[in-house]
Amino acid sequence: MKLTKDQVKHVAKLANLPLTAEEEKRYSEQLSKILDYVEQLNRVETSSAEPTFNVTGQSNVMREDETTPSLSQEEALSNAPQKKECMFETKGVFED
Amino acid sequence: MKQMYEPIIGLEVHVELNTKSKMFCRCSADYFGKEPNTYTCPVCLGLPGALPLINKAAIEDCIKIGLALNCKISEKSLFERKNYFYPDLPKGYQISQYRWPLCINGQITLDSGQVIRINRVHQEEDTGKLSHLGGVTLIDFNRSGVPLVEIVTEPDFHDVASVRDYAKKLQQLFRYLEVSNADMERGDMRLEANISVHPIAIASKASPWRLPDYRVELKNINSFRFIVAAIEYEIKRQIEALEKREKLTQETRGWNEDKKCTFLQRSKEEAHDYRYFPEPDLPELRIEESRVKSLESSLPELPWDKLKRFAEEYGISKNDAQILSETKELAEFFESALEHGKKHGVSIKEVANYIVNRKPDISSVLPTQIIEELKGKKVGIIESEKELEKLAEQAVKENANAVLDYKKGKEAALQVLIGGVMKLSLGKADIAKLKPILEKLLKS
Repeated sequence: MKLTKDQVKHVAKLANLPLTAEEEKRYSEQLSKILDYVEQLNRVETSSAEPTFNVTGQSNVMREDETTPSLSQEEALSNAPQKKECMFETKGVFED
Repeated sequence: MKQMYEPIIGLEVHVELNTKSKMFCRCSADYFGKEPNTYTCPVCLGLPGALPLINKAAIEDCIKIGLALNCKISEKSLFERKNYFYPDLPKGYQISQYRWPLCINGQITLDSGQVIRINRVHQEEDTGKLSHLGGVTLIDFNRSGVPLVEIVTEPDFHDVASVRDYAKKLQQLFRYLEVSNADMERGDMRLEANISVHPIAIASKASPWRLPDYRVELKNINSFRFIVAAIEYEIKRQIEALEKREKLTQETRGWNEDKKCTFLQRSKEEAHDYRYFPEPDLPELRIEESRVKSLESSLPELPWDKLKRFAEEYGISKNDAQILSETKELAEFFESALEHGKKHGVSIKEVANYIVNRKPDISSVLPTQIIEELKGKKVGIIESEKELEKLAEQAVKENANAVLDYKKGKEAALQVLIGGVMKLSLGKADIAKLKPILEKLLKS
């Protein structure tokens, strides 16, 4: 299955990755090969198999509605590359 | 002949639950007005390796909302990741529900009798709060991970009055169920509308009937007034565009309250591709029939059922029944007053009229006091000048601010003092005689 350059661009945009023209070409080849490899799975007869989303076999794992102390403000912000007014700072985005 | 158009509107309502802790971690969900980034942990900050754990109370609240809206509760329900890059979510995805929502296929009946179909009621998490400051964006993650329930209707609305009625009914329901304070100004409850219009001829002639091939999404509107204004504006804008034979496209618009118009936020080209997939860190939910039954029996009498019962059982007008069932607290006050009234020969009508017309502050007045007052009226009125003087002096003492206002020339302040005397006398003071006594007292 051949991925087009536009499809690669789209995926890169969704993944928030800036790609150079050279990378777009290289990744479209590599990703196409990966898809071909995974494609082999389609040969397996699965029409009667339930899809597996979770391998633990567990269900209804829940907790009671109780609180425990949170991180301190200082701890919470300790990994922030930039902060301002006790908030994480990032490049401007429009509210939507 | 003039072409007529019919608006087609679907609504999405988001409501923040008032659970103690967040949806997937034990941080407090009571974030409003708190110091930024003081209610966070590795889970709601999206730190690597942190694992979510489902809040049982939130799931129960979501099911309660679904049941109250006549939904079918899914036997199997799954969370999924909704992937997008936006700094309000630290993980790069929101944990939400997509193909396996908790509740599906419900309905609600509006005052007009129109039935609105509910597509789904699902559980998700709220995002962090962004503020935009001089070219940069600041993030407070206190709200990140607060339980959020989304209620989605089918496109069944055709006018703004129904939209307003529906939104009001949901707000009342959330408060009756005590799952949320549903305060729009605080952002507990948010509205989104999908709007398109089509020429009516198409709907009547062409079969099968189908939806227009575009819809405009109005997002993040936090007041009933604004949603009504925004939808009205949007209907007008779209009809004008169709009249000019312009092609309308899928887009997201916001509401500008200052300019009283909607504005483009995102066009189709930028439409999101969320790549939902089942959340691998959360095992599926299996909701047993017995669990549903016990949640169903835990529901309080719903507002519309109460309204109906008040009108039928007490023979009061629908309008009065609506006022008296507005909040669960007022409804309880009313029924408790009726109980006392019965013992003292005060009729249902007298009690209902009193509450509807006088609007007593139920946080400071007891139901029994109302009955005392109504009973007192029958027994007799205080006419003795001496007694009225005593009461007036007491009221003046208790309402120092009103006295000041009156002395500054605000005559309306006298009403406050009359009210004070009425309260002290349980409504038995003769107002005609009281007025000159109060005025004399204030001038002295």
